Amino acid sequence: MSDASFVRSEMLSEQDPPPTSVGVIGWLRANLFSNWWNSILTVLCLAAIWYVLSGLLGWTLLSVWNAGSLNECREIMIASWGSTHGHACWGVINDRWLQLLFGFYPPELYYRPILAMLLLFAALAPVLFADKVSPRLLYVTAAYPFLMPWLMWGGSIWTPVGVAAGFVLAYLVGRKLGGTVPGLVLGIVSAIVWWMLWLGLPVQSEVFGSGVGEILVVGLGESLASISPDAAPFWLETVESRKFGGFMLSVLIGVVAIGCSLPLGILLALGRQSNMLIVKAICVGFIEFIRGVPLITLLFVASTLLNIFLPPGTNFDIILRVMIMVTLFAAAYMAEVIRGGLAGLPTGQYEGADSLGLNYWQAQRLIIMPQALKISIPGIVSTFIGIFKDTTLVSIIALLDPLGLSNSIRADTDWNGVYWELFAFIALMFFIACFGMSRYSMYLERKLKTEND
Amino acid sequence: MATMTDPPRESFRLSMLIYDTRYRSLTIQVIALFAFMLLVAWIISNTVQNLAGLGKEVEFGFFGEPASYDINQRLLEYTSRDTHLRASFIGLLNTLVVAILGCITATVIGVFVGVARLSRNWLIARIMTVYVEMFRNVPVLLWIVFAMAILIESLPSPRAFRGEDAPQSLILNDSVAITNRGVYVPEALFSRSLGDVRLFGESSVRFDVSLDLIVIIAVLAASVFVFRRIRAWAERVQNETGNRPTTWHFQIAVLVVPTVILLAALGFHLGKPELKGFNFAGGTHLRNSLIALWIALSLYTAAFIAEIVRGGILAISKGQTEAAGSLGLRPNRIMSLVILPQALRVIIPPLISNYLNLTKNSSLAIAVGYLDITGTLGGITLNQTGRELECILLLMLIYLFISLSISVGMNIYNKRVALVER
Repeated sequence: MSDASFVRSEMLSEQDPPPTSVGVIGWLRANLFSNWWNSILTVLCLAAIWYVLSGLLGWTLLSVWNAGSLNECREIMIASWGSTHGHACWGVINDRWLQLLFGFYPPELYYRPILAMLLLFAALAPVLFADKVSPRLLYVTAAYPFLMPWLMWGGSIWTPVGVAAGFVLAYLVGRKLGGTVPGLVLGIVSAIVWWMLWLGLPVQSEVFGSGVGEILVVGLGESLASISPDAAPFWLETVESRKFGGFMLSVLIGVVAIGCSLPLGILLALGRQSNMLIVKAICVGFIEFIRGVPLITLLFVASTLLNIFLPPGTNFDIILRVMIMVTLFAAAYMAEVIRGGLAGLPTGQYEGADSLGLNYWQAQRLIIMPQALKISIPGIVSTFIGIFKDTTLVSIIALLDPLGLSNSIRADTDWNGVYWELFAFIALMFFIACFGMSRYSMYLERKLKTEND
Repeated sequence: MATMTDPPRESFRLSMLIYDTRYRSLTIQVIALFAFMLLVAWIISNTVQNLAGLGKEVEFGFFGEPASYDINQRLLEYTSRDTHLRASFIGLLNTLVVAILGCITATVIGVFVGVARLSRNWLIARIMTVYVEMFRNVPVLLWIVFAMAILIESLPSPRAFRGEDAPQSLILNDSVAITNRGVYVPEALFSRSLGDVRLFGESSVRFDVSLDLIVIIAVLAASVFVFRRIRAWAERVQNETGNRPTTWHFQIAVLVVPTVILLAALGFHLGKPELKGFNFAGGTHLRNSLIALWIALSLYTAAFIAEIVRGGILAISKGQTEAAGSLGLRPNRIMSLVILPQALRVIIPPLISNYLNLTKNSSLAIAVGYLDITGTLGGITLNQTGRELECILLLMLIYLFISLSISVGMNIYNKRVALVER
């Protein structure tokens, strides 16, 4: 057999793949020019990209940065390029970017929102990047809900300290009564109520009827509010809500709504899953009602009806009213997302928790919620993104968010008729924030996945 | 034989309301109910006091008063002498118009983009990703005012269409004029029209229905019925004899011929827009506000729909495609017979909730001055009558009704397509 001349006795060495199927050419052939139809599409796409980019880049880069008004911009454009067409006038951003960021917040106090923003990152870091940041930063997180309103609105340090003390007190009472979770809930509720009372000031005392506790709270609030600037240490100049605006306002409403809606949404979701009929009915009714109406109608409620629903003479600040309604709105959506997570858990988890002898809140805290929240991360983050985007709706009820400010900038004779630059700037800011959030959610999903599976 | 006796019945003690899980849920529910009722009673009593302080009462009589404002984009006839109820009804129809138009275009664009994102052409997939991320991460309100600004600022004015060598001309065989005051499209006219039927008499929800349209729809329905009968007959013959008779020319004739004859009999022709004075006359005028809202809502929602479609297709395991291929199905048959029916089960529920979002987002029409239900009932009517409580509550109820009807429809669909597990 071995003398058969046609049997090869040694292996052929491997040949290189044909040069058209590897490297850049191979990639191009596989991904862009795999057949004639794809080739036509690729060429068309390239032409479209060229057309869009050449216009857009020319508009963005061949632009005027230093101009005090649109007319000045146009004069410079005529002088430089001979036409006003196809050139951006970034002078408006150069002129008004501080206003777009801070609204009418007093310029000498800009450090406060900036500090609040930096603290926000510090407070979020231990939550968002738990494995990379020192857990000691959690103290900042705990202090943030009390520090942030003080920094933004100003006033005496004793107000946030008082709220924090009230929170701790209510937490301790709640823990004594029911356990950690009810304690936390009670603490959060009391803190929120207290903030509202404080920010709702000046309220007339007769509003609150004759309840002893209420008199106590109002008395305390008023005495705190009436401390004179000289007498109080760490007094910050108060800033009225109507001076808030720009991205600061969007971020403020967004952060408050996001922060408050998550716990509220968890409670609503648990209520909806509960087998207590009345609790379930209340939660379902609330969730379906809020999800069935557009946010704008809730903002109308905030701007016109909320004062009618509250005791006569209550004079809530409009931004606070908007925050309340946006929070309720977000909470209903959050509840549905978390309910999806709860439904995704196998019943064995509940039974396992029961068999360990955990009570309801322990089971929720230790077994159910960590898993359910993990499943619902994508939904939670996309709800966050939606809420942040929806903060632009407040411009319809005449609050000065970036979009509202763009209208008032345009109402100025200097900048009458400037559209694209403002829209581009606002869109870019929102894009950065929302895109960042969605990327973070992907990162988190990947991280949690590799840990367990 | 061991005897079993019931354990002695525990007598009820008050502390069991808190410590016994059998009774505790009852306690909690009673407390919750009372708290809820207290809250409602508190709000109602506050409202009554506040309204009394303002000298107002809750009553809906203002709906019968003349609205005295104009709605320029409308489906039905309406004048400013009509009542607020009529204005709200027109607004509601406007909401439905933009919602339906938006849902259709958003679905078309969304499915296209979703499939294109899975394209093997790298460039197309990237472009579609850029589109999706761009629209998903910027607020819809910004897109709406942006679209409005583009329409107003960059389109030619009707004046540009004037004269012999006008800088602008009508497109599509001189029938569509795109101007900065809106788009003028031809309207269907019937020279031997059957006239209109007015439903609901002279009430505020009166509705003129064109008899021409009804007859056309009836004839079309009959055609489709005959079309399906022919197909069923062909199927039967094929089952009996093994040979399928050629029917496609009959089928097309059945679909087309009666309608064409009817249209000719009714004297169908297009009323094209023509430049008269400073503006176009004739044809249907779609205002910028409607178009901006329509475009922005469609593109925005389409970005979400694209992601849903992509996710739905990716959710079908590759084995399905391979199995179908091994059965000898061609790629397009694989898509239509194997992949899509399964993907639709994943796609449809979030798709419908996106339709719901689009409908709710259409309330942002108020930002561009398109008078939908929010602009009429929650906008001008509210401001003119000063009845914020009635207007806003009614507005919310209407939206709630729309949303709940859509979700009921979705639940019925979900029940029908749910996998039956054994």
